[in-house]
Amino acid sequence: MVYLIPLVPLLGFLINGLGRRLLSKTAVSVVGCGVIFIAFAISCWVFTEVRSGNTIIADYFTFIHVDKLRIRFTFQIDALSTLFLLIITGVGFLIHVYSTGYMHQEKKEHYARYFSYMNLFVFSMLLLVMGGNFLVMFIGWEGVGLCSYLLIGYWFKNQEYNKAANKAFVMNRIGDLGFLIALFWLIGKTGTLDFAEVFSNTARLSSADATIITLLLFIGAAGKSAQIPLYTWLPDAMAGPTPVSALIHAATMVTAGIYMIARSNILYSMSELSMNVVAIIGLATAILAATIALKQNDIKKVLAYSTVSQLGFMFLALGVGAFSAGVFHVMTHAFFKALLFLAAGSVIHALGGEQDIRNMGGLGKKVKITAITFLIGCIAIAGIPPFSGFFSKDAILLSTYEHNKILYAVALLGALLTAFYMFRLYFLAFTGNFRGTEEQKQHIHESPGTMTIPLIILAILSIIGGFVGVPEVFMHGAERLMQFLSPVIPVTKGHSVSHATELMLMALSTTLILLTILFAWLQFRRAKIVEARGLGKVLENKWYVDELYEKVIVQSLHHFGAFLKNSIERPVIDGLVNGVGRAVNYGGRQMRLLQSGQVANYILLMVISMLLIFVLQFFIR
Amino acid sequence: MPINYYIFLSIALFCIGIVGVLTRRNAIIIFMCIELMLNAVNLMLVAFSKMHHLKNVAVNATAGSEGQVLVFFIMVVAAAEVSVGLAIIVMMYRNIHSVDVNFLNRLRH
Repeated sequence: MVYLIPLVPLLGFLINGLGRRLLSKTAVSVVGCGVIFIAFAISCWVFTEVRSGNTIIADYFTFIHVDKLRIRFTFQIDALSTLFLLIITGVGFLIHVYSTGYMHQEKKEHYARYFSYMNLFVFSMLLLVMGGNFLVMFIGWEGVGLCSYLLIGYWFKNQEYNKAANKAFVMNRIGDLGFLIALFWLIGKTGTLDFAEVFSNTARLSSADATIITLLLFIGAAGKSAQIPLYTWLPDAMAGPTPVSALIHAATMVTAGIYMIARSNILYSMSELSMNVVAIIGLATAILAATIALKQNDIKKVLAYSTVSQLGFMFLALGVGAFSAGVFHVMTHAFFKALLFLAAGSVIHALGGEQDIRNMGGLGKKVKITAITFLIGCIAIAGIPPFSGFFSKDAILLSTYEHNKILYAVALLGALLTAFYMFRLYFLAFTGNFRGTEEQKQHIHESPGTMTIPLIILAILSIIGGFVGVPEVFMHGAERLMQFLSPVIPVTKGHSVSHATELMLMALSTTLILLTILFAWLQFRRAKIVEARGLGKVLENKWYVDELYEKVIVQSLHHFGAFLKNSIERPVIDGLVNGVGRAVNYGGRQMRLLQSGQVANYILLMVISMLLIFVLQFFIR
Repeated sequence: MPINYYIFLSIALFCIGIVGVLTRRNAIIIFMCIELMLNAVNLMLVAFSKMHHLKNVAVNATAGSEGQVLVFFIMVVAAAEVSVGLAIIVMMYRNIHSVDVNFLNRLRH
């Protein structure tokens, strides 16, 4: 039965993809959203099945059978994958519904193409989280990369968008290489890729093996989840339609890395070094992306850097050993970041394609639902109780505090930066006076119901989504999510800090965040757009990381390519090939002269040759 | 008579044949030289088969008879070859009014 969950979106992909010229837009919408809803309904049923902590393993057929290596095509449904199933199909369904409103101006076949890609994406993503071994996960992993590429380059007539799509694909490939090498390493050391077998036979791995495998897996995760140094593709990926950014580049695909690490938490627990690398890279990404987000002027770019930053927080949680806190943040982040992206899409829709927040302002009065839901999203991501972001971020901060005080201080700084740039965005876009053209001002309108209803549902989820993980300190027997995940992610220890300390930390972070929001309000309530100078200019240009990569990696590869072309390809390889041709040509021309037509000459040659053979026979041998 | 004499005679005949083929221009003489070479080989075959027969006659009464028989085959084939070759030479004479092979260099083109 569980095979239906990925199969139904695949069918949707085939119907919409093959019938894109035949089906009407309504039919495409019904098929596109309907298949996701069916998958969601089955996921809910599966959720009730595994709720008590059992694991469904569905074994279908042998996928690869070479010598002793036998890899089966299996699905493994347990607490962790069910949670992701619900996020993917639930949030995915809302985004599909939203898309029917957002994309309604597209031509019929492009509209169907959009929905077929989206369904294919959901299919791949479901494969990724349902896979019962690393190989099935890898198939989904590559599938989502492909769909990400297709959807970023959805408006393929724009060359810049195509470049962004290529960039995303290439950077993902770098990460995938690490993932692939990790898989081969695992096969070499354990002879299997099956989750259950690998995790129950960790004794076969030495600690050096575990470190290497986990670091390689982390390279894969860093590519997919946009961590330093492979994060630059995600902001460029905003070239795709906004619902795509919401689904792929905020709620689901980019969290695949977190899923993978949470899934292999047993391997990671074996290596102190890998855990520290994950934590430090995650925190560094969180801070770096947050500082860049402070100065971006494109509404989607701010959200993109915010996503990178939040993903960094999730990796920090994984790195300090709080795997379930990281997964919790994945869930709440899926709600509020999808909400923020969809609300931003609604704003872009209202302004007819305008994305620059310098040309917005005062939208709060014109597009009320969008503004309110966006504000809810901002509060949730900033982490003000009792919104969902507060609980997940607090869980991460608390675990970090237990692990290391310095990391905690830096992480808290990141949380404050988050609150600041999100409220800067809110105040610049929705308060003050409108700064765009008069024509745009006349045009502003609230989005249709297909777009606002998903916004409202996501806003409600953003408010209440955190209650599944209320910390122990507020309620006895709480932390339901952690208990739910305990079959996959063992609950290692109780909190080592006292309840008083915990409450104090919460109060500290909440107060600081509120102060930051106040500061943002004072600064941006009457927006003055000033040219950035000094550090601000560096931040606006994203620390010049793209330029650095261009200079150091792209340019040097180009130079290397030019060197190979001019010094190796032309003289050596071409010389060799053409030389062989010329030699044969010349030889043929010389041999032709032997063909004199004189029979006597031929016979003479024949006799001489025979004599030569005799001589060789008698004297050489 | 020792086998050596037969071998020397045969080699001499063969070399005369080769030299004749290489140096003469008259097609008929070349043809005769080829026959000479052929028969030098025949002579050798017969001589060797006789030697073989004498050596093994105590064991096998028909030893070496294959060589004798083969020579007859070769003669038959040679006769057929002669008829074809002479026919070609006759045709050649009819066409170019000469039997000089140096005029036959059209194969070059």
